[in-house]
Amino acid sequence: MTNELDIFVGNTTLIDEDVYRLWLDGYSVSDAVGLRVRSGILEQTGATAGVLQSDTMDHYRTFHMLERLLHTPPKLLHQLVFQIPPSRQALLIERYYAFDEAFVREVLGKKLSKGTKKDLDDISTKTGVTLKSCRRQFDNFKRVFKVVEEMRGSLAGNIQQHFLLSDRLARDYAAVVFFANNRFETGKKKLQYLTFGDLAFCAELMIQNWTPGAVDSQVDDMDVDLDKEFLQDLKELKVLVADKDLLDLHKSLVCTALRGKLSVFPEMEANFKFIEPCRSDRWPLNDVRLFLNQYSASVHSLDGFRHQALWDRYMVTLRSCLLRMYHD
Amino acid sequence: MPGKLKVKIVAGRHLPVMDRASDLTDAFVEVKFGNTTFKTDVYHKSLNPQWNSEWFKFEVDDEDLQDEPLQITVLDHDTYSANDAIGKVYIDIDPLLYSEAATVISGWFPIYDTIHGIRGEINVVVKVDLFNDLNRFRQSSCGVKFFCTTSIPKCYRAVIIHGFVEELVVNEDPEYQWIDRIRTPRASNEARQRLISLMSGELQRKIGLKVLEMRGNAVVGYLQCFDLEGESGLVVRAIGTACTLDKLSSTAAFLPACNSPSKEMKEIPFNEDPNPNTHSSGPSTPLKNQTYSFSPSKSYSRQSSSSDTDLSLTPKTAPYPQGPRIFLCPSSPSLSSGSPHLKKSCLLSESSLTPHHSSHISPVVLRKSVSFSEELLLAASGMGSGSAGKEGGPFKALLRQQTQSALEQREFPFFTLTAFPPGFLVHVGGVVSARSVKLLDRIHNPDEPETRDAWWAEIRQEIKSHAKALGCHAVVGYSESTSICEEVCILSASGTAAVLNPRFLQDGTVEGCLEQRQEENLPPGCGFCHIPYDELNMPFPAHLTYCYSCRKQKVPDVLFTTIDLPTDATVVGKGCLIQARLCRLKKKAQAEANATAISNLLPFMEYEVHTQLMNKLKLKGMNALFGLRIQITVGENMLMGLASATGVYLTALPTPGGIQIAGKTPNDGSYEQHISHMQKKINDTIAKNKELYEINPPEIPEEIIGSPIPEPRQRSRLLRSQSESSDEVIELDLSHGKKDAFVLEIDDTDAMEDVHSLLTDVPPPSGFYSCNTEIMPGINNWTSEIQMFTSVRVSRLSNINLTNQTLNKNFNDLCENLLKSLYFKLRSMIPCCLCHVNFTVSLPEDELIQITVTAVAITFDKHQAVQTTKTHVEKSLQRASADNEELLQFPLELCTDSLASHPFSPAKEHLESASSNSGIPAAQRATSIDYSSFADRCNSWIELIKLKAQTIRRGSIKTTVSVEKASPLTEGHFRQRSAPACANSTVGVVKMTPLSFIPGAKITKYLGIINMFFIRETTSLREEGGVSGFLHAFIAEVFAMVRAHVAALGGNAVVSYIMKQCVFMENPNKNQAQCLINVSGDAVIFVRESELEIISAQQPIASCQPACSGGEIAT
Repeated sequence: MTNELDIFVGNTTLIDEDVYRLWLDGYSVSDAVGLRVRSGILEQTGATAGVLQSDTMDHYRTFHMLERLLHTPPKLLHQLVFQIPPSRQALLIERYYAFDEAFVREVLGKKLSKGTKKDLDDISTKTGVTLKSCRRQFDNFKRVFKVVEEMRGSLAGNIQQHFLLSDRLARDYAAVVFFANNRFETGKKKLQYLTFGDLAFCAELMIQNWTPGAVDSQVDDMDVDLDKEFLQDLKELKVLVADKDLLDLHKSLVCTALRGKLSVFPEMEANFKFIEPCRSDRWPLNDVRLFLNQYSASVHSLDGFRHQALWDRYMVTLRSCLLRMYHD
Repeated sequence: MPGKLKVKIVAGRHLPVMDRASDLTDAFVEVKFGNTTFKTDVYHKSLNPQWNSEWFKFEVDDEDLQDEPLQITVLDHDTYSANDAIGKVYIDIDPLLYSEAATVISGWFPIYDTIHGIRGEINVVVKVDLFNDLNRFRQSSCGVKFFCTTSIPKCYRAVIIHGFVEELVVNEDPEYQWIDRIRTPRASNEARQRLISLMSGELQRKIGLKVLEMRGNAVVGYLQCFDLEGESGLVVRAIGTACTLDKLSSTAAFLPACNSPSKEMKEIPFNEDPNPNTHSSGPSTPLKNQTYSFSPSKSYSRQSSSSDTDLSLTPKTAPYPQGPRIFLCPSSPSLSSGSPHLKKSCLLSESSLTPHHSSHISPVVLRKSVSFSEELLLAASGMGSGSAGKEGGPFKALLRQQTQSALEQREFPFFTLTAFPPGFLVHVGGVVSARSVKLLDRIHNPDEPETRDAWWAEIRQEIKSHAKALGCHAVVGYSESTSICEEVCILSASGTAAVLNPRFLQDGTVEGCLEQRQEENLPPGCGFCHIPYDELNMPFPAHLTYCYSCRKQKVPDVLFTTIDLPTDATVVGKGCLIQARLCRLKKKAQAEANATAISNLLPFMEYEVHTQLMNKLKLKGMNALFGLRIQITVGENMLMGLASATGVYLTALPTPGGIQIAGKTPNDGSYEQHISHMQKKINDTIAKNKELYEINPPEIPEEIIGSPIPEPRQRSRLLRSQSESSDEVIELDLSHGKKDAFVLEIDDTDAMEDVHSLLTDVPPPSGFYSCNTEIMPGINNWTSEIQMFTSVRVSRLSNINLTNQTLNKNFNDLCENLLKSLYFKLRSMIPCCLCHVNFTVSLPEDELIQITVTAVAITFDKHQAVQTTKTHVEKSLQRASADNEELLQFPLELCTDSLASHPFSPAKEHLESASSNSGIPAAQRATSIDYSSFADRCNSWIELIKLKAQTIRRGSIKTTVSVEKASPLTEGHFRQRSAPACANSTVGVVKMTPLSFIPGAKITKYLGIINMFFIRETTSLREEGGVSGFLHAFIAEVFAMVRAHVAALGGNAVVSYIMKQCVFMENPNKNQAQCLINVSGDAVIFVRESELEIISAQQPIASCQPACSGGEIAT
């Protein structure tokens, strides 16, 4: 005797958080049943495997029906079919849009296109995240990207408004969108050591300072693209490197100020620029901070350098990013 | 033109994309009522159109207002081709037709399509202006209130309970009309939905007319069902109980609400006025001219009204004013087969078969019906002489005669109520049931209701005579049902034979003092158990003992009923759900042969179902069943029987004996050993169950002064009963003759299986209880969390070598597994109780069994000690409440001290130790329960009142209630607990429950009846997730539509919710499925008690605060 049909419908939709997690993680019903059995639930409740199978199927069916609504979370709030308490709605949405660190590091900065989607197989193998879950996460990125891509206003704010995510998760999504839009290659070997948190931190600073939105909050794409004018202007800063006199002057100013304060002074003098050398030379974080502070501050003392404001907009962000990225 | 209906279409949202090119929709709306249609403008290119239409006004008769639904169709405008329908909304405007219900319907309704399901929502506002029309000869019955609730609704009081009303309408089923071959499935479904909606409206209007004729103003326990007869038609029938209800003016005037309906009921002061209805004309002035002419609804001509309205039109005349009534009687093999009358359960049942129905086959037998009033009177007087002496003198006899006269005017003294005002139910005789097998293709005139009316009349007569045989003049907890398979239809009716107090039935014939006396004489809480039949002239040999409660009257050893546990009944321990499950294979046959086969099987099934129930009851150590519902379902090749009831231990009845197993071959040693092993297992199970359900009845000393020593206990016996019915019934003796029923004889493997199956029923996991009644006996401390659910399973039997045994086992497993799944799913709610568990079995196809369960899980507070002394005190309250003066003297005083005790309630640890100490007086227990929820608090309030009542009666003035010091811990706990409750009641949440109440809340208003019928069909079953995906989505949508309608009426809950039908058909090969669902309930507004309390309690708190600082309160 087999059950052809087996359903349970509550006036308040029953959500089992554990089963939801298994579903989000992309396990099949039978895998999920297996995992639940191993969790010792049968012993705790005295249920049979058949009961567990039926229960898991039922929850999966419910989640499947809810998935359509989760794609546009405001619909979940206004729909009438599933009566779900607000706190549970928030939980469903937040968990649905949550992503795996391993997965996001693979996809961050890549174009959210069909091509990338084809690579999900490899990503799944590499990261150990099930293909189903990879697809969901990828589709989430793409969906959020599409919705907020051309929108006015704060990127994180828009995401929060249209997807009802928590503040934290909305900011993470803002970083994902920002990287995807600007195609910042984050998969390079040199950058492998960076966590999503590091990159999201940098993205947030860049959004705050380097996008058109930083200057004018009424422009289109204000937070998604880098400010083209700003990028153009940055060329002006090349003078600091290109002009031999200015470079020497800057160098001497920095060196004077830091003499005796840095434990790695000789190396600094020799290298003068950028993280990788510093890292390979194992500078202490504090030294890097001191150096960068001095490096940006002493420009103000350079006579004949006209782009002080531009320098600050560039350097304040860069300094914070460099410091954040300066770790093992 | 007595009414103006006004409709405004405001907006739509989440509409589906109808234009693939633009991904948008050009939507407009058609609003139709009767034959008038209005349209809104087209709102171009939007999925969230804002029509904001003018008010569309329909000027209509109130007859149409009652019959017709408002039909709203959302369409997509198409310039070049026909407009595409998006979906429809049907709105029943009936709730707007009576003044006390809703005044406006306004809100978001799901747009429903029978093929696609819900497709977006539409915001609609509906109003009705009714002009008063005093035309006596009107066709409408606007103003009669309808309630699904099977008790007197909470904010009303019953002035008179008039009695049974029924009606039946027939129409051709659109699915079987020739046009169905050429129209789309959508058109066919919509035609059906609309037709059933129309027929329901008409049915309700006609029942309303009957109620008005009876001078009532409401129908309580309204149950409407439809029968899909197939070719022969579509029947919509309804039964209910006509009442005159009075609205309780102000809820604030009463004591604070409590969480159990039983208590709430006691707060309602029932009318003591002997002359409540001044318009009464009395029996002496027959109103013969009151015959109204009925015209069938104009909207469609095929159906007509029920034939027996003539009787109810002359309610005050003698029962059969037209002289001898002619019965068209079923012809020759009028085989009323078998009545396995189980003596112990006092159950009378009968299955009659009339295969040759049409008169041209065999000669029609005309028979003059006996005058039932005469018979009843005879029975009554016989009874009086037999037992009057013991029962407190001539009063009882007099009472009977008066009840008699109140009831004899009724053709059918039936009541669909299952719970009653205190004092209404005097005695309960037992379950009465009747079944009859009919052939639908033999209906002489299928489009007219006469034949079906005659069928039901026949069954009701049967029921009535069974009740009479039990010495009862009324049937309560009455219900009717059908099971149809092809052309065979089983009609069933059942109820509980009872003796009622005439006070509520009649106007002005009973003198107040008599009632008082009668009430005083009634022993507390056990009266309903006392046998109504005459001991010396019993309808069947029964085993009686003196009541274990009062020791004055005789009681049976086991009591089966279809009603809820009376509120004043005293029970020991908790109750539990008891089910009997049974399958019987049957050969596939045609027409009469089939009907004969079924009729032959029925008595055996009834008998076995009852044996099973009895065995399981004994196994639980209990002695009474409430809410018994036996469903017999007919399929192509089998019959299924499923009985559900709630078992309890009534203190008034004797302790049940055990179950003994006896082998047939006593000389075989190993066999003996086996038997003794089984016996041990059974004994262990009984002991375990007694512990589980806390059944530890107090030892009653056998010699109680003033009462005779009861006869020595014997094991109960199953004996053949003699039907008192006047029919020439061929009795089938199905009983075990002289054998002892509870000696289970293991003479073959069948019997072995039976014993095994008895032992396979697993009790629910710890923390779970279940029952199929409104309230769980033994649990009264509900907290506010409720979860109503519907679960459906369809199981395919492997058709190889099906035997009755394997079939039984399969069916048993199916039910048990379903229950286990429910317990598992709801485990987060522990401790909790599944209430009103309602199983329905259907056999949609040859090898398919479908089980549908609807129930509600309610959490309760396990920390509150179940007070065994409670019931005792409760009774005192009842007595005291008869004395209004006394009662009125102390409410204020009481409020003061219970409130005072609240903020200073002792810490929890104290509570537990206190309540576990059995030596503590009831009063102190009452104050020392966990105050974590307000519901509990009310309980304690009531407890205090009871205590007072008791104290005052005894004449002692002072009781001391000690209250321990205030503890911040408890207060913190209280807040913590109440916070989430508030969070739950956010806007838009609509609770649904099959119960008539909402725990921890008070119903402040009834908004009207919800009665909805939906069809869903798919031709892409796989794409919709198979049968499970399809039905899951559909049921979720049905819930959503019910909630939306309730919310639009301004309500926040549906009580007495029931899924009356869930007809599911599939054809996986064609990738198709269809499902029909019919649901109903009462839309209400409820207010949380915690919110009520804020309003009502502020003043007393202020005034008592200084007084309670002492820690001890003397009253």
